[in-house]
Amino acid sequence: MTALARAEERAEQVVLVDGLAVRFGEVEAVAGISFDVAAGEAFGLLGPNGAGKTTTIRVLTTLLKPGAGTAFVAGHDVVRDGLAVRQSIGYIPQAISIDGALTAYENLEFYGRATGVPRRERRPRIEEAVEAMQLESFLDRLGRTLSGGMLRRLEIATALLKRPVVLFLDEPTVGLDPTARRLVWERLELLREEAGTTIFVTTHQMEEAERQCDRIAIMDNGTIAALGSPGELRQRFGVPALEDVFTKVTGGRLEEGGSFRDVRASRRRSRRLA
Amino acid sequence: MSARAADVRAGSPESALRLLPVRAARLRDGTVAMGWAELRKLRHDHLDIFTRSVQPLLWLFVFGTALRHNQALAGGSDDYRAYLAPGVMAQAALFVAIFFGLGVIWERDVGQLQRLLATPMPRLGIVLGKAAGAAVRALTQAVVLLCVIAVAGIGIRWSVPRVLGAVVLLLLGTMAFACLSMILASLVRTRERFMGIGQLVVMPLFFASSALYPLAIMPVWLRVVAHANPLSYEVHGMRDLLLGISAGGVLWLDFTVVAGFLVVTAVIAAKTYPRAIL
Repeated sequence: MTALARAEERAEQVVLVDGLAVRFGEVEAVAGISFDVAAGEAFGLLGPNGAGKTTTIRVLTTLLKPGAGTAFVAGHDVVRDGLAVRQSIGYIPQAISIDGALTAYENLEFYGRATGVPRRERRPRIEEAVEAMQLESFLDRLGRTLSGGMLRRLEIATALLKRPVVLFLDEPTVGLDPTARRLVWERLELLREEAGTTIFVTTHQMEEAERQCDRIAIMDNGTIAALGSPGELRQRFGVPALEDVFTKVTGGRLEEGGSFRDVRASRRRSRRLA
Repeated sequence: MSARAADVRAGSPESALRLLPVRAARLRDGTVAMGWAELRKLRHDHLDIFTRSVQPLLWLFVFGTALRHNQALAGGSDDYRAYLAPGVMAQAALFVAIFFGLGVIWERDVGQLQRLLATPMPRLGIVLGKAAGAAVRALTQAVVLLCVIAVAGIGIRWSVPRVLGAVVLLLLGTMAFACLSMILASLVRTRERFMGIGQLVVMPLFFASSALYPLAIMPVWLRVVAHANPLSYEVHGMRDLLLGISAGGVLWLDFTVVAGFLVVTAVIAAKTYPRAIL
């Protein structure tokens, strides 16, 4: 491929991953994966605990340097152009990133400043995000008094202020009740329709992925075991539901990943969000 | 590649130089954003300032009054409480600063840190802004203490430039120790471990300094340690300004040592801070 063709491909693909690998000592968390995500797509990264989903998202958000391979986000190399990547993305980690000691509005203002929204635009953009995520009723409440669904919507709102090209969400609906979960997805869909934002999401929820994602990659042991649209995957494996695809490609064995610390943290989080 | 991407990239020395104002502006904005958030948090939690002021007041009025007429301790002042006052102000700020890293560990555990590090804010800006937050807490405490000192009639030199100078030195020192605390926080995994390490660091810093007693009455080994302790310079400078006791030191050296200590700890903290998420 010529350099020009490569550059063109980069412009169309919001996320472009080629041969990406990450090692933690002896453990190969991500073992040479390749995939791409087109502009405006909703892309789901699925897999059991310890499959390498969060590691992948951390590389794409420049928090972690890959051992091998390349990754481009919004046309920028995550290693060489980390700052440009950080200026183009919104990232909502699995854990709660809202400051409990600040009000909802102050959290919005803080992330407006932190992501470099010009001072004059800050207020209108906050109003826009508040409306899009329906936060009007609790703007003056401290973060620590908000419910799980409110927190997630507020987080998404804080990530929208910079109008990101792509929004990374790590397990956005974990610990939420069905109503809150539906509301979060409704808002994300609206965001895609109106602003054309690319959504990159990791999740455990099969039905959710099936309903909301255009394309899905199922990770297992650091590799991509299956990749395609939910319909394609069902057809390829000849099964009625995505859940069956998941069971087939991951071997249906018991989950073994996740350290004591991770498990404790995610249980604590679920309790906090519920 | 877009013009903006090329803009933020600094390949050659010339472009690095050209980008200096851009980088400086980002550093300033990042620092202001973090400092602003810390200030806001303080506004929601004003009780904190008063509960934190109890301990230094105990030092000043119980410890200080008990030893009030001890001439050796008072180091040239006729009231040991006056001699002790700058030391107690510095000590209160030191405690705020050293346990500031606890917040970093908390933020890592809840996920704020990952989020912050994925924003375009420069690492140094995050660190300096956090440190400025610790300094603001120390400042409110210092104001409470100065008011009490004034009401109790403890004789310090009430001139605006002197008090301002002492406060500036105190804030620089607090920022530096807060950066030191962030370095420690990036090295440990749990809050419990950090508490232990915090105690391990804060007590020797406090006792091996001139906060409670003059360097002159220390045994030689302790005096050597105290001379290597930035807290000694912070306290010395404040004492020089507030009481006019110079004890053979010079003011410019105090400011240089404390400011230099801040630069070194801030740069190291900006490097180690992102490690905290791993």
